Amino acid sequence: MTNSYVLEMSGISKQFPGVKALDDVQLKVRKGTVHSLCGENGAGKSTLMKCLFGIYNKDAGEIKLEGESVNFTGPKHALEHGVSMVHQELNQVLQRSIMENIWLGRFPRTKLGTVDTKKMYNDTKAIFDELEIKADPKARIGKLSVSERQMVEIAKAVSYNTKLLVLDEPTSSLANEEVAQLFKIINKLRDDGVGIIYISHKLEEILEISDDVTIMRDGHWISTNKAEDLTTQKIINMMVGRTMENRFPPKTNKPGDVIMSVKNLTGMYMPSCIDVSFDLRKGEILGVAGLVGSRRTELLETIFGTAHHRSGEIIVNGKSVNNKTSQDALKNGFALLTEERRATGIFGVGSILFNSVIANIRSYKRGLFLSNKKMKGDTQWVIDSMHVKTPSQKTKIKSLSGGNQQKVIIGRWLLTKPDILLMDEPTRGIDVGAKYEIYELINNLAAEGKGVMVVSSEMPELLGICDRILVMSNGHMAGILDIKDATQEKIMELAVKYV
Amino acid sequence: MEKTKTLNAEKVKETLLNYALYIILVVMLLVVVCIEPRFISLRNITNILSQASTRGIIALGVAGIIIIGGTDLSAGRILGCCAAISASLLQSVDYASRYYPQITEPLPLIVPLLITIAVAVIFCLFNGFGVAFLHMHAFIVSLGTQLIAYGSCCIYIENQANGAQPLSTLDERYKDIVKGSLEIGSVEIPYLIFYFLLCAVVVYIIWNHTVLGKNMYAIGGNIEAATVSGINIKLNIMLIFLIAGICYGIASFLEAARIGSVTTNVGLNYEFDAISGCVIGGVSWSGGIGTVPGVILGVILLQTINYSLTFLDVNPYLQYIIKGFLIVLAVAIDVRKYLAKK
Repeated sequence: MTNSYVLEMSGISKQFPGVKALDDVQLKVRKGTVHSLCGENGAGKSTLMKCLFGIYNKDAGEIKLEGESVNFTGPKHALEHGVSMVHQELNQVLQRSIMENIWLGRFPRTKLGTVDTKKMYNDTKAIFDELEIKADPKARIGKLSVSERQMVEIAKAVSYNTKLLVLDEPTSSLANEEVAQLFKIINKLRDDGVGIIYISHKLEEILEISDDVTIMRDGHWISTNKAEDLTTQKIINMMVGRTMENRFPPKTNKPGDVIMSVKNLTGMYMPSCIDVSFDLRKGEILGVAGLVGSRRTELLETIFGTAHHRSGEIIVNGKSVNNKTSQDALKNGFALLTEERRATGIFGVGSILFNSVIANIRSYKRGLFLSNKKMKGDTQWVIDSMHVKTPSQKTKIKSLSGGNQQKVIIGRWLLTKPDILLMDEPTRGIDVGAKYEIYELINNLAAEGKGVMVVSSEMPELLGICDRILVMSNGHMAGILDIKDATQEKIMELAVKYV
Repeated sequence: MEKTKTLNAEKVKETLLNYALYIILVVMLLVVVCIEPRFISLRNITNILSQASTRGIIALGVAGIIIIGGTDLSAGRILGCCAAISASLLQSVDYASRYYPQITEPLPLIVPLLITIAVAVIFCLFNGFGVAFLHMHAFIVSLGTQLIAYGSCCIYIENQANGAQPLSTLDERYKDIVKGSLEIGSVEIPYLIFYFLLCAVVVYIIWNHTVLGKNMYAIGGNIEAATVSGINIKLNIMLIFLIAGICYGIASFLEAARIGSVTTNVGLNYEFDAISGCVIGGVSWSGGIGTVPGVILGVILLQTINYSLTFLDVNPYLQYIIKGFLIVLAVAIDVRKYLAKK
């Protein structure tokens, strides 16, 4: 094994408004090795990779490729230097053939200037033979399975004479035999001297495939060890080993009777939740934990009815309900706070008033028209009770801070007088102070007797505000932990149960 | 993998739905043939094909724009304007009240053809600029361009010594080269069909064998992937509009002579037929999908329906209704195919 580094990142720092995403992080990848990057959601792994590829501009630090200082301006630039990344979300033109996707942007040409399909085919075939990929280069890429598409993406990286390959959660949607095939390819590339950065939550896999393991936490570099010196337990401890600060308001809610029972809920179109059963009590805050891809959002959407379910039952206050659309869900007393606030939550150019009343618009009807007075009154209630900091009701919501936007959205849903609130990442992208206020709001809602489900990727947050924590793993419910027994280690263990 | 019966039933249902349009069209044709067996005659077939030719050439241009995720509402009016120019340049020099009395010697045919193409290209590049550089949706840009082209056409035609007269009495050479036909035995094949085929072959080669073609599919299929692959998006969009312009120019040149008399009404709703043909031929409204044979098939199918409805003497207003439903059906099926299911 050689000791020369293909990639040396040192002293990397990156600041976002309100958050220090990376603080003096280092990552050194040796030639011909697999280097795993571990950390919780939000530990800064993807930010680090985005700094490497120039998608983000790093504030400080140095990146050296084979000893030479580099500063990539974007993925294409990095590719040309032999640095490529296979994303979890594959960026491919599904309508076109495999080989076209591989040579996109740099098609070989014949003397006539037309695309040299034959060369494209032969070159693709050669790479596929080398990597022992069986797919036909002419097949349409949309027809391939996710794992095959991933192999194609790796082949694309190889076609750029890759020196450093980043694999982001490559096995999150693969079956066991597919993982074996992927590992075969990874090993082949390693033998060819390629440096591989392997990002994954699956600790067993990490130990199996890696030479080195770097652990990150809260934007900091924690350690880099040889894989043979580690165990899954050691990795978990290092990943979550932080002390809890006083970041959460005191709990005031008391869980009461069961308000909703979910029985054997399975989504119609996979990936979705599979055979999930649990009870939610009045006045209870039920956390939903899980890794990226554990289908927590899908669970909420399936309960709410914006995603269809194949089987299972939802019982609210002793009555079976069937949410086929969001209208049904509202009628049945549900509210869903969506994950992507900008994409699916706010109407950016709409006013605070518009954003407050839109989900409840029917209740303002006076004959054919809407009652302005009542809408203004309710909007004022949202602003007052949620402590929204805004100059006026007419202010466009996009000019507010993320935390204040989120408060308006929560207020919007409260106007519909829901009994059950489903919240997907309610504090994502919100600074610490505003988070505390959101936690207080959630607490108060529960204290009023509403049932609240909170999906979050931040385990400390769940441990800080919930009464129980449901852990999802690969679409299955891995278990429910009472807050008294819950620890980050236990959640992690459950979260990897079915992956 | 286990295959259950329900799964197979679902699969059959899927297939039927995906091909519903073609099934309906074939049934319609069968009904036409049953009512009027004389419909199947060589004459009718060549008629349908030659009528499909000019619209088909427009459709080839529009199809590229649809594949990159746009559309073109101005195609018909651009054609009208360019047809007027073409006709005005090629009126018979013996005709006293011709548009350009100063043309006393017949122009070589290539000159008006190139001028016509140039004008169409200018209109299309205007659309392309709006899409590529101003980031407007092609729908809106071409909605505006449509009016600009129509207004220009009206002013051009009106600007004659004797007022707004139809541009007619065209040069015989011009009429011959467009309306003539090749006689093979007893079969007469109009030249128009060959022009259409020639255009189709050229567009086919561009789409399938050039970098531009591959880029076009990539931009329409996943503009994000195309961008990170280093494709010059703006340039490629402009080139696709350029090709559309050339197609419209050729179609205008042919259409003027085919009709023989150009008024401000020429070109009305042509974009409608072209877009409909594309959609029926499987060019996806969501972008990234479409083939030249598909477009040809779509245009010919649509023209066949048009022709057969007229042949059966169906009320022309009812024809509009039938065609309208066909388009809605075609798009509904297309959207359904690519819907992400939750």
